[in-house]
Amino acid sequence: MQQSNRLRPFFENITFDRVDNEMILNFGPQHPSAHGQLRLMLHMQQEQITKAHPDIGYLHRGMEKMAENMIYNEFMPTTDRMDYIASSSNNYGFALAVERLIGLEVPRRAKVIRMMLLETNRLMSHLFWLATTALDIGAMTVFLFAFREREYLMDLIEDYCGARLTHSAVRIGGVPLDLPDNFIGDLRKFLDKLPENIKDYEDLLDTNRIWLMRMENVGVISKEMALSWGCSGVMLRASGVEWDIRKEEPYELYDEVEFNVPVSDKGDNYARYKLYMAEMKESAKILYQVLDMYSETEPALMAHAPQYISAPKLDIMTQNYSLMQHFVLVTQGMRPPVGEVYIPTESPKGELGYYINSQGGAYPYRLKLRAPSFWHTGILTDLLPGHYIPDVVSIIGTTNIVFGEVDR
Amino acid sequence: MRAYTPKDNVQKKPYYTDRYWVAPQVAKHDVSSDDVFVHDLDAIKAKFEVLDAYIQVDQMVVIINAHDNFAIIEMLKNEREYNQLSEMSAIDWLATEGKFEIFYQMLSMSKRKRLRIKCKIDEKESLQSVEKLFRSADWSEREMYDMFGVVVNNHPFMKRILMPDDWEGFPLRKTYPLQGDEFAAWYEVDKIFGKEAREIIGPENRDPARIDRYDTERFSRLGHEVPRGTDITNGEPDTPLVYQEPEGVFLIEKFDAEQSVVISDRHR
Repeated sequence: MQQSNRLRPFFENITFDRVDNEMILNFGPQHPSAHGQLRLMLHMQQEQITKAHPDIGYLHRGMEKMAENMIYNEFMPTTDRMDYIASSSNNYGFALAVERLIGLEVPRRAKVIRMMLLETNRLMSHLFWLATTALDIGAMTVFLFAFREREYLMDLIEDYCGARLTHSAVRIGGVPLDLPDNFIGDLRKFLDKLPENIKDYEDLLDTNRIWLMRMENVGVISKEMALSWGCSGVMLRASGVEWDIRKEEPYELYDEVEFNVPVSDKGDNYARYKLYMAEMKESAKILYQVLDMYSETEPALMAHAPQYISAPKLDIMTQNYSLMQHFVLVTQGMRPPVGEVYIPTESPKGELGYYINSQGGAYPYRLKLRAPSFWHTGILTDLLPGHYIPDVVSIIGTTNIVFGEVDR
Repeated sequence: MRAYTPKDNVQKKPYYTDRYWVAPQVAKHDVSSDDVFVHDLDAIKAKFEVLDAYIQVDQMVVIINAHDNFAIIEMLKNEREYNQLSEMSAIDWLATEGKFEIFYQMLSMSKRKRLRIKCKIDEKESLQSVEKLFRSADWSEREMYDMFGVVVNNHPFMKRILMPDDWEGFPLRKTYPLQGDEFAAWYEVDKIFGKEAREIIGPENRDPARIDRYDTERFSRLGHEVPRGTDITNGEPDTPLVYQEPEGVFLIEKFDAEQSVVISDRHR
């Protein structure tokens, strides 16, 4: 008997309200393998998904609105909070967009350091991806191994900029600091050991029966679907489209280094996993070349553009006019020319683009963040139907979505 | 009299303005300077009206009439090899022109070129969806509707995406303040506790940097130390100092320097 003073039996996550046996399963927003605040409403026929409806916005902080109310340099730390697994690539994307808007050329040493940061971040992001995805599938050892290596990289970044997660290590017009003395040696030591580490992961996973069952022929994205959904990065390359912005529209020194763009035409989870592993090796290759470039560069770190960029500290402390300009740039902010840019960069997740519409003021009139994960979440609508519940976890894993970026 | 603040754009304004400042322009190049774009533009011009076209920062910008958007993007996709719609959104020009500007950022992988299609619509006007051409527009158009209130026709699921479904107002419009409006301040109170709890709870503090001078309940307070919850709107009362009683507290012995051993070397 239903007692009026007692709670009615209530299935927290399940509602049965149809006669046709369809069940709606609410996955998230607090699900550990949803990698953040993703809520999926899954229409199920028995164990099979017939319709998927991703619900996002749980981490929406209104970054685009904040950007309209901040001077350009003020916005830099906010970009850290987008893809917080690889925050330097967000910083870099924004800095590059403003630099292209102004028309700045960055000193070569700054470019080299930026390349190092970008590729270290790519390694960090891919290691994090491997760790969490493997953990979702049940491979605890890989999680521990990959986090160990990521920890080393985080220490390295900490040596450079003092922060481990939200780096803000790039400035508009260059980089704030030169490399510390131990950086190159430590990074080289890490890179020398990396192939061994990657081999460890691959030995654990490549022929692992469970891993293969969960990954092979699961979550197959066709080429047309990937293009239509605006996929980028590994999501696109795993579906047979050879498109890497570092290669096709090179920025910084990517046209001077040699690296391959791994591509697969399978389009399934396993293809994406293989590409992440291959990309780590390519990143290491790029880093070796960039390390050699460093010693041949001049010591300048910031571009010389008094109207937009503060002078070096020495000038500010010794020359009155530099101090005045610095004061104006800090209190009022730089005022880029009237115009608009859309600058794409290849972040570890895919195409990270910044659209800036400047009306010549100290605040951007409109700033649109094109975050790759947004569409990689959207594609779940079309990708999940036909799959089963355990596949949802591995598919979300290999899409490599980060919710700071999806919701912005 | 209170200074007048314009309501059509409530975003942050610069404190210092220079009336003689003439903002420089990002260079706009003629489309004929690029071999690839010039053919694309000719193809568009052959069938549709083009209001303006130029190249800015290596990307072609084509300004078109809003009613042509679907047909032009369809042509670009099928005939001109622009195979990805990487981004689309709106810009709010309501304060100056009473219009929204919509931009479509397109990418051609075979030509390694990016172009931007732009059009303007009135505030109440709606737009044709391009979701049939590019699935990525599904979420972009929903986001645009969510943030600006631009309604898109023929969209399969025109609902808010980032904000809650029952949200009022469009956050990225220039009329919408950064800290949120009246509705935003009461949204969570109404939703969780009900309207009747408004008096007890009060509006949400949506400015995390705000410090209330007279708030003695929370940690941020200026002035002297007063007991928690004291009303200090009419000045801070003197709080008497309370000392330990002369006999000492039960179980706690007073420190006696003469009877104690003072360790000066910590490694002893």
